[in-house]
Amino acid sequence: MKEIRFHGRGGQGAVTAAEMIAVAAFEDGRFSQAFPAFGVERRGAPVMAFARIADEPIRMRSQIYQPDYVVVQDVTLLEVVDVASGLSPSGMIIINADRSGEDLPLDTAAKVVTIDATKIAIEILGRPIVNTTMLGAFCGATGEVGLEGINKAIIERFPGELGKKNLAAVKAAYERVTS
Amino acid sequence: MADSSANAGPKLESMKVVEGSYALAHAVMCCSPDVVSAYPITPQTHIVEHLSKFVADGKMPSEFITVDSEFSALSALVGSSAAGARCYSATTSQGLALMFEVLYNVSGMRLPVVMTVANRALSAPLSIWNDHQDSMGARDSGWIQLYAESVQEAVDLTAVAYKIAEAEDILTPAMVCMDGFILTHVYEPVQLLDREIVNEFLPPYAPKIVLDPKNPKTFGAFVDPSMFTEYRYMQYQAQKRALLAIERADREFFEIFGRSYGGLLEVYRGDDAEIMLIAMGSVCGTIKDTIDELRSDGVKVGLIRIRSFRPFPVEAIRKALADASVVAVIEKDVTVGNEGALVSEIKAALYNSKVGIPVIGFVVGLGGRDVTVAGVKNVVSKALGVREGRMDHEFEFLSLREELL
Repeated sequence: MKEIRFHGRGGQGAVTAAEMIAVAAFEDGRFSQAFPAFGVERRGAPVMAFARIADEPIRMRSQIYQPDYVVVQDVTLLEVVDVASGLSPSGMIIINADRSGEDLPLDTAAKVVTIDATKIAIEILGRPIVNTTMLGAFCGATGEVGLEGINKAIIERFPGELGKKNLAAVKAAYERVTS
Repeated sequence: MADSSANAGPKLESMKVVEGSYALAHAVMCCSPDVVSAYPITPQTHIVEHLSKFVADGKMPSEFITVDSEFSALSALVGSSAAGARCYSATTSQGLALMFEVLYNVSGMRLPVVMTVANRALSAPLSIWNDHQDSMGARDSGWIQLYAESVQEAVDLTAVAYKIAEAEDILTPAMVCMDGFILTHVYEPVQLLDREIVNEFLPPYAPKIVLDPKNPKTFGAFVDPSMFTEYRYMQYQAQKRALLAIERADREFFEIFGRSYGGLLEVYRGDDAEIMLIAMGSVCGTIKDTIDELRSDGVKVGLIRIRSFRPFPVEAIRKALADASVVAVIEKDVTVGNEGALVSEIKAALYNSKVGIPVIGFVVGLGGRDVTVAGVKNVVSKALGVREGRMDHEFEFLSLREELL
């Protein structure tokens, strides 16, 4: 079983991102689960969401304390949340940042991947909403879910023009981390 | 009891990843209630939102009665159900507490209303998060209470609850309890129900005694002391019959849908288990994973997952505990002034039986406190201590934060 923890701020769509990972993994023929760290949601406040992917039905209901992957949607969270807490040393943390991992205040043995998702989102979506862009980066950096599944999850969630733009943002991020 | 190993396992191709509340609302739609009345309250809100959308979109030909409170929601269903309608509501926590008076009216009038309880803590202090204090407070209200471990089970129990509640020899309302947020807000693969197949399983509700202007009757009338006891006794007998009806409904559901959960309770890895845990609801998933881990280390531990809390399956529990050495009850409620409600009932079930083993109780997960694998292991290690003759506490709050006291 692979466990993923999303860190974002209220309104950035971290919960939606976790849900779309679950849909995408299921499209790949695997079992999945996604749920928020049920808080009293406020715009801008730090939020967490969780996803699990496995080849067997998932029974575990506890929150995720030792993730294989961490996705950070907002680099300023590094100052207020221990985003790498419990992260497996053989895992990976993917951060929306305009600088490389060495320049970030992080304490982890895991692989650090950064991507300027805000820039991509503003260019393609016209808004700094980075959740789908980060999904593209997750998909490319980890290979844990297929791009097709991610795309399907996005189209299901955002039909029409908005969905197409989000697909473009996913593609840009995917190519950025795999090139 | 159906053999749960007969389950062919989930079929991915017929499942869909959806939110628990959506799956539940979809299940309600497939049960074709004539009347829905509910008042939105976190974390039940999404269920009601989906249902009102199904009705507004013309997918669900039900009467949706909007009301000013939970008290009114259930009151509206008293009249509807007495008139012969299949009725549904959903609530949680303070909403269930506000229904308290009406709960007894529904069960006393033998109206087979089905209601989802999205389990949540009761104020004060205010908490929107999960525990079982709300439905435990309704324990004695005469309703059947069934507890789900997963979204799929909550979905399936919705159809099963109508089947049991509406049976002519039962006519007793039923609560389907699903953990708030943990199950209502999770996205996971679910096999959604199919309305036509549900119709095969669940015949139309056709009560023989209904409110009818052409043939006037009174429901819930004044009764003097010469008869009141007999009314309660008939409710008591109906719930005793429900013990069999729940087992039967589980088998019938399996025949049509291919999924079985074990009826009144599920025993997980109970063979040769020395330590038997007992719990209800979604926490059982975490407990099962923990048991697998402990079993691979040679710890002989199993789980009895209580699915039906009302009626309480005393005989099935005694049987499942026949070979155990220690029982540890894990529950998300506390009866302030004594101990957990479930551990009390387990002790009572064993007292006059041949099962003379120690029983210890643990309160976990109050007001949304996460229940972890480490927490479950802690319970098991304490139970192992009891087996060696060390009972430090008969009952305790697990993982208390002493620094806050």
